Amino acid sequence: MEILVCVKRVPATGGRISLTADGQEIDIRYLGFTVSPHEECAVEEAVRIVEAQGGSSSVLTLGHAAAQDQLRDAMAIGIDRAILLETDGREFDPVATAAAIVEAVRAQEAAHGPFDLILFGNEAADTGDFQVGIRVAVALDRPVINGVKSLTVGGGRAAAKREAPTGGWETYDVPLPAVVSVKEGLNLPRYPSIPGRLRAKRKEIERVEPAWSSSGPTKVGLRLPEEQGAQVEILGRGPEAAPAVVDLLARIGVLPL
Amino acid sequence: MSAVLVLVEHVDGEADRLSREALVLAASVASRTGGDVEAVLIGAGAADAARGLVAHGVRTAHVVTDARLSAYAPAAWAAALVELIDARGPAAAIAAGSDRGNEVLAHVAARTGRPMAANVVDIIVGDPWRLTRQRWAGSLLEDAELDADVHLMTIAPHVVPVDEASPSTGSPPLTLDHQPTIADRDLVVHVTGQEAPAAGSISLTDARVVVGGGRGVGSSEAFATLEELAALLGGAVGGSRVVTSNGWRPHSDQIGQTGLRIAPDLYIACGISGAIQHIVGCKAAKRILAINTDPDSPIMGVADYAVIGDLHQVVPAISAEIRRRAPA
Repeated sequence: MEILVCVKRVPATGGRISLTADGQEIDIRYLGFTVSPHEECAVEEAVRIVEAQGGSSSVLTLGHAAAQDQLRDAMAIGIDRAILLETDGREFDPVATAAAIVEAVRAQEAAHGPFDLILFGNEAADTGDFQVGIRVAVALDRPVINGVKSLTVGGGRAAAKREAPTGGWETYDVPLPAVVSVKEGLNLPRYPSIPGRLRAKRKEIERVEPAWSSSGPTKVGLRLPEEQGAQVEILGRGPEAAPAVVDLLARIGVLPL
Repeated sequence: MSAVLVLVEHVDGEADRLSREALVLAASVASRTGGDVEAVLIGAGAADAARGLVAHGVRTAHVVTDARLSAYAPAAWAAALVELIDARGPAAAIAAGSDRGNEVLAHVAARTGRPMAANVVDIIVGDPWRLTRQRWAGSLLEDAELDADVHLMTIAPHVVPVDEASPSTGSPPLTLDHQPTIADRDLVVHVTGQEAPAAGSISLTDARVVVGGGRGVGSSEAFATLEELAALLGGAVGGSRVVTSNGWRPHSDQIGQTGLRIAPDLYIACGISGAIQHIVGCKAAKRILAINTDPDSPIMGVADYAVIGDLHQVVPAISAEIRRRAPA
């Protein structure tokens, strides 16, 4: 199995998000960086498939030079190679991002042979565009399954499950090569070992300069949503508050009495 | 005089809630473009669901019934929608920001080389169109411009209020059958099977009351008291990311950015501190009751009601009080 995983470096936002004074970016002065939980699962899945079936795995990201940290994180848990589509830090819209990835996939496949499987997270944690994986698949004329929480590859096919709109699961089964966008819950990602980290640190990262273009949506600015502003009403302290809670439940009509 | 096409998802012959939300925003767009909202419904039950759309201001419904589309196939659905876009020349094609809505519209965008904006919350028709969309699952808003002949957008879930009581006046929408031309390659990805949810279970996205647990619950076993309260209220149990990452609950119970967005009448947040990744999943609840030992935890900033205390004592006390008041 030859597998490519695409990830995106994003700030690790915890308690609340602050913006820069011009409202164009998140204030990252006090933040660490990570990839989304969906993508952590994509990386883990690639490592597991190669461990079980042989082959090799690659990780790719488009972003600032600092995004090599996230590539090394992926190599630390067992991804073999890394490709950085290195930008000057400006934002690539989803059309430009997909185009850059498609070009990189074609170049990688020309040099190293075809990928059986290209994995994405279902959506980027930050921009949430919900389309890059699909654009890449359509451009490469490969089948694409989204929202995948269970994946089995073998015999030249990928079988997948995702949550159905009305609850339960729906199943898919497609021929390889294919593109699969995954969600957190697919697996439980491992933590990198110290030797893994040291190995990853010494590995080469292939650098490519992607072409920027603009199709939109074009960002004008960012802002925080208005606080809902509800003043919290304290019903009481400890178990003695139970009657006040049940009064509330009755008042708002959720008590099935 | 440009129409606005809306992909309407439907279950058991009725438009689903997120699609009805999309129709509300589509109607406000159509009033600015001077056209009508035209619904697109695909698959079994489409004609029935189309008739019910009179209550949502839809005058024309394109019903795509093709036996090959009875199982969901995202590329084939997109192919049908692209044909209707080419035929109708709408100002916009809109879908719900659901798994399928985002997926089908992304296929449409990729096939036609147009930009697409996901999870839009507000649209200003102008030159170019200006819109507001969610980033970080709604923790952050982006104001953006979208410049295209057909504006492809999905509508963020649980942002647009739906008037459930709008009366069904007038005649049902004009229903136009559309026979799509579907290439075999567009059917390669399709739903091959279904696994039903556990019998008798109430889904988190449908439940009127959701009891959520966080780090403060402490263990898988300790969820029993939350299950008990949920059962008494006919509700469902969910959890924060800590809970599913620790394996206390299955991942499908996660509420938040990488899990579910819920919109119950009441969300009871037990031992949940309120990280933004969790808040975006529950803030569409009509009311939030927080049960937490820490009166300064961030959840108090979004809660309407709170009990300050240890959930391991408070939750059983609430269940006991409900039982005490229940008619014998």
